[in-house]
Amino acid sequence: MAGVTQVQTTLNGEVINFLCEPRQSLLECLRDVLGMTGTKEGCNDGNCGACTVIMDGRIVDSCLVLGVEAEGKDITTIEGMATPEGLHPLQQSFLENAALQCGICTPGFLLASKGLLDQEPDADEGRIRHWLAGNLCRCTGYDKIVRAVLQVSKAK
Amino acid sequence: MTSNQVLSEVEYNVVGTRPVRPDGVDKVTGRARYGDDTNLTGTLQAKVLRSPHPHARVKSIDTSKAEAFPGVRAVITAKDLPFASLSKEELGGDYTALKFATDHMMASDKVLFKGHPIAAIAAVNGHVAQSAMDLIEVEYEVLESVVDVREAMKPGAALLHEDLRTNDMGETADTPSNISTHMSYATGDLEKGFAEADLVMEKEYTTATVHQGYIEPHNTTAFWNSDGQLNLWTSTQGSFQVRATVSNILRLPVSQIKVTPMEIGGGFGGKITAYLDAICAVLSKKTGSPVKAIMTRTEVFEASGPAPASWMRVKIGVKNNGKITAVETEMAMDAGAYPGSPVMQAIVCAFACYDVENGKVDGYDVVVNKPKSAAYRAPGAPQAAFAVESLIDEICGELKIDPIDFRLLNAAKEGTRRIEGLVAKRIGLVECLEAARDHDHYKSKLENGTGRGVACGYWPNRGFQSSVVMTVNYDGVVSLIMGSVDIGGTRASIAQQTAETLGIAYEDVKPTVVDTDSIGYTFITGGSRTAFATGIAAISAAEDVKEQMISRAAKIWDTSEDDIEFVAGMISHKSDEELRLSFKDLARQTATTGGSITGRSSVDPSGEGNGHAVHIADVSVDQETGKTDVTRFTAIQDAGKAVHPSYVEGQMQGGAVQGIGWALNEEYFFDDTGKMLNSSFLDYRMPTSLDLPMIDTVIVEVANPGHPYGVRGVGEAAICPPMAAVANAVTSATGNRMRSLPITPGKILEAGWDSVKS
Amino acid sequence: MEPFDYLSPSSIEEAVKTLASKGDQARIMAGGTDMLVQMRAGRRTAPLVVDIKEIPDLNVVSYDATNGLTLGAAVPCYKIYQDETLSAAYPGLMDAASLIGGIQIQGRATIGGNICNAAPSGDSIPVVIALGGVCNIAGPNGTRQLPVEEMCTAPGRNALADGEILVSVSIPAPQAKSGASYLRFIPRNEMDIAVVGVGSSVQLDASGQNFVSARISLASVAPTPVFAKEAGDSLAGKPVNEETIQAASELAQAAAKPISDMRGTIRQRTHLVGVLTRRTLNIAIERARGG
Repeated sequence: MAGVTQVQTTLNGEVINFLCEPRQSLLECLRDVLGMTGTKEGCNDGNCGACTVIMDGRIVDSCLVLGVEAEGKDITTIEGMATPEGLHPLQQSFLENAALQCGICTPGFLLASKGLLDQEPDADEGRIRHWLAGNLCRCTGYDKIVRAVLQVSKAK
Repeated sequence: MTSNQVLSEVEYNVVGTRPVRPDGVDKVTGRARYGDDTNLTGTLQAKVLRSPHPHARVKSIDTSKAEAFPGVRAVITAKDLPFASLSKEELGGDYTALKFATDHMMASDKVLFKGHPIAAIAAVNGHVAQSAMDLIEVEYEVLESVVDVREAMKPGAALLHEDLRTNDMGETADTPSNISTHMSYATGDLEKGFAEADLVMEKEYTTATVHQGYIEPHNTTAFWNSDGQLNLWTSTQGSFQVRATVSNILRLPVSQIKVTPMEIGGGFGGKITAYLDAICAVLSKKTGSPVKAIMTRTEVFEASGPAPASWMRVKIGVKNNGKITAVETEMAMDAGAYPGSPVMQAIVCAFACYDVENGKVDGYDVVVNKPKSAAYRAPGAPQAAFAVESLIDEICGELKIDPIDFRLLNAAKEGTRRIEGLVAKRIGLVECLEAARDHDHYKSKLENGTGRGVACGYWPNRGFQSSVVMTVNYDGVVSLIMGSVDIGGTRASIAQQTAETLGIAYEDVKPTVVDTDSIGYTFITGGSRTAFATGIAAISAAEDVKEQMISRAAKIWDTSEDDIEFVAGMISHKSDEELRLSFKDLARQTATTGGSITGRSSVDPSGEGNGHAVHIADVSVDQETGKTDVTRFTAIQDAGKAVHPSYVEGQMQGGAVQGIGWALNEEYFFDDTGKMLNSSFLDYRMPTSLDLPMIDTVIVEVANPGHPYGVRGVGEAAICPPMAAVANAVTSATGNRMRSLPITPGKILEAGWDSVKS
Repeated sequence: MEPFDYLSPSSIEEAVKTLASKGDQARIMAGGTDMLVQMRAGRRTAPLVVDIKEIPDLNVVSYDATNGLTLGAAVPCYKIYQDETLSAAYPGLMDAASLIGGIQIQGRATIGGNICNAAPSGDSIPVVIALGGVCNIAGPNGTRQLPVEEMCTAPGRNALADGEILVSVSIPAPQAKSGASYLRFIPRNEMDIAVVGVGSSVQLDASGQNFVSARISLASVAPTPVFAKEAGDSLAGKPVNEETIQAASELAQAAAKPISDMRGTIRQRTHLVGVLTRRTLNIAIERARGG
């Protein structure tokens, strides 16, 4: 069996170290090694976006990143979205707009939406729908999610 | 016109408002604990070995190499389940039912679908368990399989169960068959009805196997304590349902099992069946450790419970003015590997939107070599609605009658007697149709190359048992404890009904969903019952609290309870204006007047009001590629009273979009032997955000007389109309009638080529 | 997933040395968006995964109007479409880069990986073939070049020999009055495997009314991406009109050898090759005239 590797990465603003096997995905490392279960598994093959995290400013499916690849990277997960001062505007908007039902896809949608608005603060509906196409939601029909993102987008 | 309208008749203080849900912050910060977030010290991971064959006899299983693999702690097969050591004599009439239930969970003698569990492994981690699975040696004798529902019905078809005999209207047949049940209802004089018709149309329809598509895979953690108590933490729509299933399969008393429902990442009916719980329990007993399993997405598709494929023949007779004179249908649904398709609901719902004098409906429940079907949002009704609403659209075209006018002419209303004999109470179909007719969507002009379709849908909604306990804290905040799992906002909607009844603020009700040891029996979250039935339980528990508070006030004021009234959160003496206490003030005095106040209620209400929905769909079809895009969509539905309008809209939008997926792209592709070929979200094509417009909504409120605030269930009626609405819109855009779901680009092209030919 | 070792070399030499010594025991990983899925499903195994993303030469994006584009094999799709100069110079490449997977996938997936993965449906391959792309390959015996149309040899198999890696893809500089386009047909609007994909590039004369040359390539209609040479060649020297475009689309249809499977039938796919060839040619012509 292959050995374990030590990985140093910046996670939600803090430099951390963890041990993992090369075959463990970043998603597994977050959930099983680091106990950060806010990032969700929906398909484990890059087709649902539930495990979306931001890595070096880009959204990625953490199931398709190896834990060892996190070395030297800067990663944001759902646990890093709110601050001690309060929720991120997108989190607040999702709550107010009832943009979640079961909530399992919500962390992925929030990170993906943050990834968009960080780059394109004025994203319109078409752009939001295109950007979020890699995130599946089965409860809402997307209507209220798109509205929630749109509300923050226009607010900026 | 606004995108989301509420046509309200009655206003309340809390019911009908849109507060933030109590579990919202946990769910937007990643702190909410879903099933797979359970992590007990020393947890082992389980993996299930599944059959690669849709139909085969299991000749032998050798697990010795897997057991010896480093890191593996236990391997189980069907031999490790109680059924293996029970005899037919001991079980008597329960034998077949228990065999089906146990075999479905883990096959003993035969595998009946690809993905059928055959063994399970617990190991130190999932990778090790996965590797060890390759070391289990199973010898199969592959059998001929049967995949199509109509093929399975034919005499001479390969048989799944050698001892399954058709129950034909209560009579058991002599010879084995794949047809498990034939059921039928009739009313009036069918022959006379069709003879009176000016136009009779009869067509056949098919729908494909589809999946609920919840994003969270099935998961369970089991820990069998040394004291014999079995604990389960799982993702389920019904913790008591899981308890019952595990109790049955493991032959344990229900009180020896505690099921804790974790947050659930979607269900839509698919998370009622307990697939992994008993497997993890047996592995936990064998290893002495907690055991967790999570399905892969492929396992979810291949081995949970999709909605059945169907074949339907519908015949309708009408007068030239559009009045229906007779209806008839035959519907066959594939139950998958074991009996139990929702064909009964299909035939009962098929014509429920119409006032029908003469009618006959027949249903066939048929086993095939596919995963055992499960409930999916209004089980059975969407397929039936697709067929009936498509034929009605065709009739409207023939008669040149506006499809909403036709439906208004024939609509079921209070007093309408349905084919199965039930008489409708106050329902809101006519109001929904009128709202559709008056909506600016329906009045708007269509652009070239686009089409419009309308359809309606019906779901009876459900009552069943619910339990609620509430305690009044000394600060006046009420702890609301319930057994109903919250899939989409019921903590909020039950808290709202509680606050409304007590006359206190929504923020002063704190709801918690608890385990099976901590609350009375509560049926699943499903059937569009929770806001209604658990709502009634909460209202009734709140009334209990009110009575107790009145008696406390009587004690404090040293007066009779009859002198006191509880109105709008104030407890007052009826004749002495000085004697008034707010809910909070009185709560503060409970400790000194007899201790804490606890309200409780277990209910089993009837009086669920039937649900109706009407949808309008606009589509544009690229005639060169056959691709359909939904360009505008309006969902109209009678909610009775929308407790939390945002979550009612969410149900309407979610149901509409699942229906759009069902209409256009979603289907299981099977090869000839029944092997699913597209078991991933890449190839099982659910709609993405880019495939949809905003889904406009109109909430119609026709109060349900069976609920104090008029509430009707809303989850399910929403998925009944969209398939026909979209199909009718495609016909309007292309001129070709599509009678087989899904309406893929390939089928649209083929229909175009065929119409050129003919 | 079966256990494996992981190596992230920092130079081509190191990578080639490792790959040459390990033979078929090693697999190259770029974005990982195909490979990790295949490994997890047990369709591929690799005792050693060689991650090439830390090799500077494989991260090169170099473009000038004379020498054209050199695109490192580890460059993720988003870096292509976020680059305004590249977007303007190679709109056809943008078409492909911006529709592979969703945004998350585009943050990782690479054109080089798409070519080496050699799926019949690889979305970037037809347009790179249409643009005359060439693979720059390094191996134990030095470097070599191979036209992209010769890279895919069978489903999931490429022309790389043991020890070789794809370093970059070179695409000639776009000439005046040239344009390209890629379209695929999928039943949804995102996140699908192409039922049919067509990449076309055209070079028009100064008037913009006649073809000088054209290249057309197809996805999902054969075991490997198809370079429909005769279809493109048929346009050389011909006027731009419906008849010439129709004739080319029919030659493209003739070059397609599709199968019927769950994503489409032979008839549907052949029909779509015609539709998409016409559509991509028309977009390419419009871009050529505009540019």
